Amino acid sequence: MQLPILESINLMAVLPVLIIAGWACVLLVFDLLIPRSRKHWTAWLALVGLLGAAVALFFQIGHFARLGSEAAFDGMVTVDGFSIFLQVVFVLTAIVGVLLALDYLPRHGIERGEYYVLLLFTTIGMMIMSMAADLIVVFVALELLSIPLYILSGFAGMRETSEEAALKYFLLGAFASSFLVYGIALTYGGTGTTRLTGIAQAVTSDALNLPLTTVGMGLLLVGLGFKVAAVPFHMWTPDVYQGAPTPVTAFMSVGAKAGGFAALIRVLVTAFPAIASEWGTLIAVIAGLTMLLGNIVAISQSNIKRMLAYSSIAHAGYILLAVAAAQRSENASFAIGAVVFYLLAYALTNLGAFTVAIAVERDDGTGTEIDDFAGLGKTRPWMALAMALFMLSLTGMPISGGLVGKVFVFQAALQAVPGDPLLLAVVIIGVLTSVVSAFYYLKVIMVMYMREGEGKAVLPLALKTVLAATAFGTLVLGIIPGPVFQMAQRAMLK
Amino acid sequence: MNSLFSLIPLVVFFPLLGMLINIFFGRMLMADENSKAPGVIASLMAGLSFVIAVLMFVALLGEPEGVEVPFMTWFSISAGSRTLSIPWTFKVDTLSSVMMLVVTGVGTLIHIYAIGYMHGDIDEQASKRGLSSDEAFDLKRRRFPRFFAYFNLFLASMLILVTGSNYLVMFVGWELVGLCSYLLIGFWFDDPIVGIYNSMAGRKAFVVNRIGDFGMVMALMLIFWTFGTLQFDDVFARAECMRTASQFECLAVDAAQMVETSPNFSLMFGFGLLQPISFGAITLSFQTVMIAITLLLLLGATGKSAQIPLFVWLPDAMAGPMPVSALIHAATMVTAGIYMITRSNVLYAMAPFSADTVAIIGAATALVAATIAVAQFDIKRVLAYSTISQLGFMIAAVGLGGYVAGIFHLATHAFFKALLFLSAGSVIHGIEHGHHATAHKGHGDHAFDPQDMRNMGGLRKHMPTTIVVYIVGALALAGIPPLAGFWSKDEILLDASKHDPLIYILLTIAAFFTAFYMGRQVWMVFFGQPRTEAAAHAHESPPVMTTPLIILAVLASIGGLMNLPFGRLHFLAEWLRESVAYAHVPAAGEGFSITVAVISTVLALAAIALSYIIYGTKPLQEGQADPLRVAGPLFTFLNRKWYWDEAYEAVFIRPFKCLANWLAFTIDWRFWHDFVHDSVIIQFFDGWAAILSRPVDMGIVDGAVNGIGRLVAGASSRLRRTQTGYVRNYALAVALGVVAIVAYLLIRFFAN
Amino acid sequence: MLDQANFLVPPIYYVALSGILFILGMVGVLLRRNAILIFMSVELMLNSANLAFVAFARSFLDVNGQVFVFFVMTVAAVEVAVGLALIVAIFRTRRSIDIDELHSMEG
Repeated sequence: MQLPILESINLMAVLPVLIIAGWACVLLVFDLLIPRSRKHWTAWLALVGLLGAAVALFFQIGHFARLGSEAAFDGMVTVDGFSIFLQVVFVLTAIVGVLLALDYLPRHGIERGEYYVLLLFTTIGMMIMSMAADLIVVFVALELLSIPLYILSGFAGMRETSEEAALKYFLLGAFASSFLVYGIALTYGGTGTTRLTGIAQAVTSDALNLPLTTVGMGLLLVGLGFKVAAVPFHMWTPDVYQGAPTPVTAFMSVGAKAGGFAALIRVLVTAFPAIASEWGTLIAVIAGLTMLLGNIVAISQSNIKRMLAYSSIAHAGYILLAVAAAQRSENASFAIGAVVFYLLAYALTNLGAFTVAIAVERDDGTGTEIDDFAGLGKTRPWMALAMALFMLSLTGMPISGGLVGKVFVFQAALQAVPGDPLLLAVVIIGVLTSVVSAFYYLKVIMVMYMREGEGKAVLPLALKTVLAATAFGTLVLGIIPGPVFQMAQRAMLK
Repeated sequence: MNSLFSLIPLVVFFPLLGMLINIFFGRMLMADENSKAPGVIASLMAGLSFVIAVLMFVALLGEPEGVEVPFMTWFSISAGSRTLSIPWTFKVDTLSSVMMLVVTGVGTLIHIYAIGYMHGDIDEQASKRGLSSDEAFDLKRRRFPRFFAYFNLFLASMLILVTGSNYLVMFVGWELVGLCSYLLIGFWFDDPIVGIYNSMAGRKAFVVNRIGDFGMVMALMLIFWTFGTLQFDDVFARAECMRTASQFECLAVDAAQMVETSPNFSLMFGFGLLQPISFGAITLSFQTVMIAITLLLLLGATGKSAQIPLFVWLPDAMAGPMPVSALIHAATMVTAGIYMITRSNVLYAMAPFSADTVAIIGAATALVAATIAVAQFDIKRVLAYSTISQLGFMIAAVGLGGYVAGIFHLATHAFFKALLFLSAGSVIHGIEHGHHATAHKGHGDHAFDPQDMRNMGGLRKHMPTTIVVYIVGALALAGIPPLAGFWSKDEILLDASKHDPLIYILLTIAAFFTAFYMGRQVWMVFFGQPRTEAAAHAHESPPVMTTPLIILAVLASIGGLMNLPFGRLHFLAEWLRESVAYAHVPAAGEGFSITVAVISTVLALAAIALSYIIYGTKPLQEGQADPLRVAGPLFTFLNRKWYWDEAYEAVFIRPFKCLANWLAFTIDWRFWHDFVHDSVIIQFFDGWAAILSRPVDMGIVDGAVNGIGRLVAGASSRLRRTQTGYVRNYALAVALGVVAIVAYLLIRFFAN
Repeated sequence: MLDQANFLVPPIYYVALSGILFILGMVGVLLRRNAILIFMSVELMLNSANLAFVAFARSFLDVNGQVFVFFVMTVAAVEVAVGLALIVAIFRTRRSIDIDELHSMEG
């Protein structure tokens, strides 16, 4: 017998989330029974859960390709192609996150089962971010995403930098999310609802409280801009990326950013189409600043993790450019396709680059300088080749997903130029800063191949697998982007 | 749609899989010195591909109009109202199925043959380099799988070329086969003696093909600009529409779609037949554009199919191992140009001038190359010029509109030329063995050339199988009935006699020379007495090599059955009519002319008789000069291949080098560096520097680049100082950002 | 929409108060050096938002805003747990919770 309440909850639509959530809770208890020296069992069990979710997602892909979208929990969440596509990215990222930690944690003497459980929880947060249809859900998902990450950043507890990173991240994160909450409060005050579609109706019909709503929207931008590391809310990024254990950094640089963008797009496009030119301009300016600052400061970095942190700031700028392009409603589907494609390409490339960084890092946490890459071209030719590919992809060179992503982003922005001429200036900044970025990305390649060095790296099977998979994915996206981009465009919000 | 068609992607992916296996596991598969595993896997994949091609053939019997099997979207770019969408769709129709069968069928046989040949070839290399047995094994472990990886990649590329449903996918295959050709010509780039020549030959092939590819790329752009698409079917449909603009119905149906994809079509209604096509500043008539497109495509074809003026790379390409010459440079890759022109027959039908040009170029190449072949001594070079000449026959045929004849000759030529190359390989293999046997006795001679026919002679006693199959191939090539070459060549000649007497005469003379040089070769190689020790000790090749030869010999004998010009036996013509819209399909009784057949047969027999008189009755003795030398300068002229290379050297390469030298030394160095830079700029700066009392030691460009670099670096180090490490500063940045955003929104709101 | 008759104190007063509290909290974050005090300032900001929610919910006669407050409180409690644990851990190694001493990474 089917209860009506269950129908409106629609558990099947959120099955992957449920699988991971249930599995994480089970694992939390189960981990107590696993002896200290056998914590990799927890890792494998976590992988089982993630694979279960991946299977569920696989079946949902076909389902949602036919049906478009489905609401669940009485309309609090919407599952559609967009969220399915991003959930795939999140689950893949989480799988990589587990594989990267498998060897890293014991090597650095910080192996504890909680790592994997926290990883699962933050993955749930990301997945819910991508399907949030209500500001309450956005907030809860954002916190579910953030809080485990605060702990994970400080996971290498005995290292001062790790502790410092965690506290900085925590204080600033809490600070930023209080803006988000206040923004939600103001939006609620302006519109009388927290439902995204309800807000969209209220904003068009009711001009009386528009200042309240507009400012609320601005504060929402702050909270989400912090998550995606947009200037000027980016300053936590380099310190946290450098201090956190490298697998966490890898996971965070991809997952948390994609989660932030998922919510940003859903909120802006679904709830605030009426004030699109306001947020469009704001985001375009932020995008320009973000690209400039990220790329320029990255040049003078000598630590690979810090360099990649600034690089991730810069890439947030490129993605924001496409978000700004989504302000024109006729252009939105292409722009969002570009965002999603870019996120996937960036995820593959960045995870690959961090994998190499993990392989080079030494047990005591040193070995994260770019100079430590010297000589890898000789000692580890395949790994160096993969790293060169990742660097070229981040720069936006041909036969890599990075180039195709950038082309789509710029194209989306250029299509929106008639609505907002400012975008043209930002596109020009984007192209120029891509050239600047070649300086620091190519430096890594140069150091690997042209500088003499020991070229020491530890590359267990798990890392090799990740490296091969990410390099392959980057190449595939670069050579045959068609199918994925079509999926990404079809992944549109319904 | 027959469900068999959905298997078509496998035709490409089997060889691709074989390549991957050989790349990643090739070394592991080479368990010991005689391991054949990589070659067996490659041959197996080629064979599976052939099975798929046969299945396609079977499926097409039921649905001869053909299908397009969608596989994936490669990419799709939209700019404004235009969309460039390139799907990777497999086009299975009667034309592509013929190509697939030839490529995979002959390809499989040559793969099998190569297993034996490459073992011997690598051993030969190892002994040439004086390697120890461990080193030799190491060489084999690296090179044997590599060869088959390249070979399978070639097969996959060629199949991409012939199954693509649009010009761009075809071009991808076109470039990939070029890459494989380059890789395989220079396969022994590290040969201690001739390595440098091998790699130079590869480079020459690549560069010359680049010139042809320039034409292809330009043609592709023009096609997209004119028709708004690159899909074969759409291009041809729209071309037909534009030609017969009086058929307004056809236009009206497609008009909305066309206007959307190509703005040019909005003009169409007003101008009718000679509708102008605008290229921004200039506007050309439809006729002119069609001629430009087809001539540029022809330039591409002359590159890939080795026609005048770009044929010079093919003789040098014989530097590759023998299976490469047989598969890539005789049977398949070089026929890509013929396939491409046949595929584009609709476009050529609209540009008669281009079609005539194609025919003339083909006929001229056929004759020129045949004359050159007469005066060559290298067994492979004779065959190489013969290939160029035969490709000229095919090009001439498609230029005349005889697409059936062209494709028919393409298929039969694939059989007998692959046969000739492979049996020549068998000869060389045997001679090399003989050379080894004698060299060990102290007759070692590094200058010994196992490919020079003057070093052969009398091989009929030592190579009983090879001589039989060789003579079958030679007779087929010479056009002696009832072998395959007779029927296909006769069909070309018949087409030519009907449409263009000049072409017919050129081709008939070329056919005469063809029979003559083949006769000369057979007498020189197999008859008389051995002229060297090596030839005296030559022996027959192993069965793994001779078996494919026998199969090919059978095919070369009975290949004509696929298209006998009598009534209902004209299978290929009926078959191709489904996919080649402008194929001439002669009515019953017109497909065969006894006059043409008798003339060509008599001439061929006469040429063979002549070669017997010159070379057969008085066999060449050791050290004796070629009897044809009595022709004096003419022989030298032919031997030096009409001085084509020298002419290019004089007309293009040397002036180009002079220009480059002049630019480098006179302009760049003397004028720019010495005068402008050192005198004008430096003095100018010195002057200013004196005034500003600042040393100037850098040119303007350096300074500007460094200046920008410094600016960025300075900004970088200054900006990074904002990242203080203090949480409160970070929070302050957030707060300032909030204030800025809120202020902006409020100002913007209240300003409205 | 805003039904004045149901309020003894007009809702705009509550919103203004919440705004003042929010800015106070923000200034506290910017000026304080003690990690715990910073954290408490953040809590103040969250609670000012709660106040705004309750006020708006009351004026709309809508329960959603009040529900949100519970979510915010729950999350704040979680943050306290995590935050205090981090601060204690830092205090153990450095014997100080002055955040200006935490700048080993910069640039």
